[in-house]
Amino acid sequence: MSQTDKRLRPRNDEKLVFDANPVLNERVTHYCPGCHHGIAHRLVSEVLHDLGVADKTILVASVGCAAFTYDYLNVDSVEAPHGRACAVATGVRRARPDAVVFTYQGDGDMAAIGIGESLHAANRGEKITAVFINNTVYGMTGGQMAPTTLLGQKTTTSKQGRSLSNEGGPIRLAEIMAQLQGVTYSARCALDSVKHVREAKKAVRVAFDAQIAGLGFSFVELLSGCPTNWHLDPVAANKRIANDMIPVFPLGVFKDVADESVEGKNV
Amino acid sequence: MSEADRVLIKGNEAVAFGAVDAGCRCYFGYPITPQNEVPELLSSLIPENGGAFVQAESEVGAINMLLGAGACGVAAMTSSSSCGISLMQEGISYMAGSHIPGVIINMSRGGPGLGDIGPSQGDYFQAVKGGGHGDHRNLVLAPSSAQECYDFMFRAFALAFAWQNPVMILGDAIVAQIKEPVRRVPPAGTHKPEAMSDLARAWRIEGFGGRGQNAVPRLLKSVYLVEGALADRNRLLLQKYTDMRREALFDSEYTDDAELVVVAFGSIARIARSAVRRLRAEGRKVGLFRPVSLYPFPEEALRSRARGRRFLVIEQNTGQMLEDVRLALNGVSSVLWHGVMPGLFIGASELIDPILQAVKEKS
Repeated sequence: MSQTDKRLRPRNDEKLVFDANPVLNERVTHYCPGCHHGIAHRLVSEVLHDLGVADKTILVASVGCAAFTYDYLNVDSVEAPHGRACAVATGVRRARPDAVVFTYQGDGDMAAIGIGESLHAANRGEKITAVFINNTVYGMTGGQMAPTTLLGQKTTTSKQGRSLSNEGGPIRLAEIMAQLQGVTYSARCALDSVKHVREAKKAVRVAFDAQIAGLGFSFVELLSGCPTNWHLDPVAANKRIANDMIPVFPLGVFKDVADESVEGKNV
Repeated sequence: MSEADRVLIKGNEAVAFGAVDAGCRCYFGYPITPQNEVPELLSSLIPENGGAFVQAESEVGAINMLLGAGACGVAAMTSSSSCGISLMQEGISYMAGSHIPGVIINMSRGGPGLGDIGPSQGDYFQAVKGGGHGDHRNLVLAPSSAQECYDFMFRAFALAFAWQNPVMILGDAIVAQIKEPVRRVPPAGTHKPEAMSDLARAWRIEGFGGRGQNAVPRLLKSVYLVEGALADRNRLLLQKYTDMRREALFDSEYTDDAELVVVAFGSIARIARSAVRRLRAEGRKVGLFRPVSLYPFPEEALRSRARGRRFLVIEQNTGQMLEDVRLALNGVSSVLWHGVMPGLFIGASELIDPILQAVKEKS
């Protein structure tokens, strides 16, 4: 970090307009080309840096591609079993009332095996932030069906395409979260375009603000690309988010107790 | 110590008082009979002592909350019974793999499956052989009275932090529900609660700013994918489990001149002791050996009593501790077994015949 600071230090005639973010380290990630985890990591790390809270933050890592988030974010971390991140985060939060606590979970982790722990932590209003990466597929295990897989989407375990009659429909977690009393903020953003990425950063910021203000559980769903398991190139994967995912998973703020104008707007 | 210093409480209540007096500051659990007095009492005791009580949505939720609080270096616990403990095994394995301390009470009940709510020692294997996936061990203590339920909580938290490992108190429906006088005084020589947070300073997660300038982030995990890394981790764990042997605890009575030594733990050991004392009064040369820590098993102490004696294992299951007794004695002495079936409530008189039978089998 100090080396980076030195390298980027402006000369006398220069004005510093952009700097390395010390919360995100310089390690090369293990993610596939075109994967959006890198962007999501960066947004979270920038928000923690902007808020100046990284040194009192605890990350609860999950299972799946994002299991190794702790390799890239310079914060104290603990690994949770598959799906249990919100329960582990509950324990962390109750043990350390002054920390900033967040989970970073994929759709298999949070919406399938861990939906019980996730909804109950949310309903209790645990003062934690959950960052939910929705790419409609199980990435690390090789492209199996997720609870968020779109109807008709072919995966290695839904080879004919997901059908409502056999597998049920995609779970819309941001909408479900918004209905729980303990949830203070629930939003869905996408990482397919610059505009959407900027909106996503705002949402992540508001979510952490809400936690730090002690309002309750905050939730941000990020529609993300998985070019490898979608068998698409990164550009086509971005198009899929815009054309196929957003119509099923509408973007927006579904609940924000600090902002009365949101009430009922998108729910 | 006067009579006034004693309170008449259940084993479960003794666990709750022992927990808060030993410094427990977080409880996470899900109701299940026969241990409900533990969370019921702690739901007021823990907040009164400045801690957090959370009724979890499930045993799975509870054990993972314990993992989170333990990772923060805070003295925390959960309690459950048999089928609930089965649900917790995933989290217990992760805690063991990540070197995270925590205390788990299992006031076990009859099984397998839903079984009944009567006493049973059918969870012995699950408790002492790991229970969860992968190579791991829990430290296990088996109380046989309400007083021990209180006293063992101090030892449980001290062990959990000394070894950064899950510690299980393995009781049953009898010791959970028995009501007897308990001295609510920390046992002599026990640690101060602050000692635990001192021990945790070296590894707990807290936000690196809490460790001053130039601190680097910490990570508690159980995943090791690089070739050889998991092997190293398991060697470290093996060393820990080997070193834990010095924590072995036991009780014995009349074993010096006994021809037959009854080996029993927990509630059954207490019932067996009554039977052994009755037979001693009749001049029979019988004794009792009671493992207090089930892991580590007090195998050296048992072995040192082996020569010239035979052993009768009495336990409330279909034959579990029997295997550890046989391993400890390793063919030096003959080992007989009498099983009390899970769910039965027995008295000392029901053990007299099995012990006499074992004495007779000598000739």
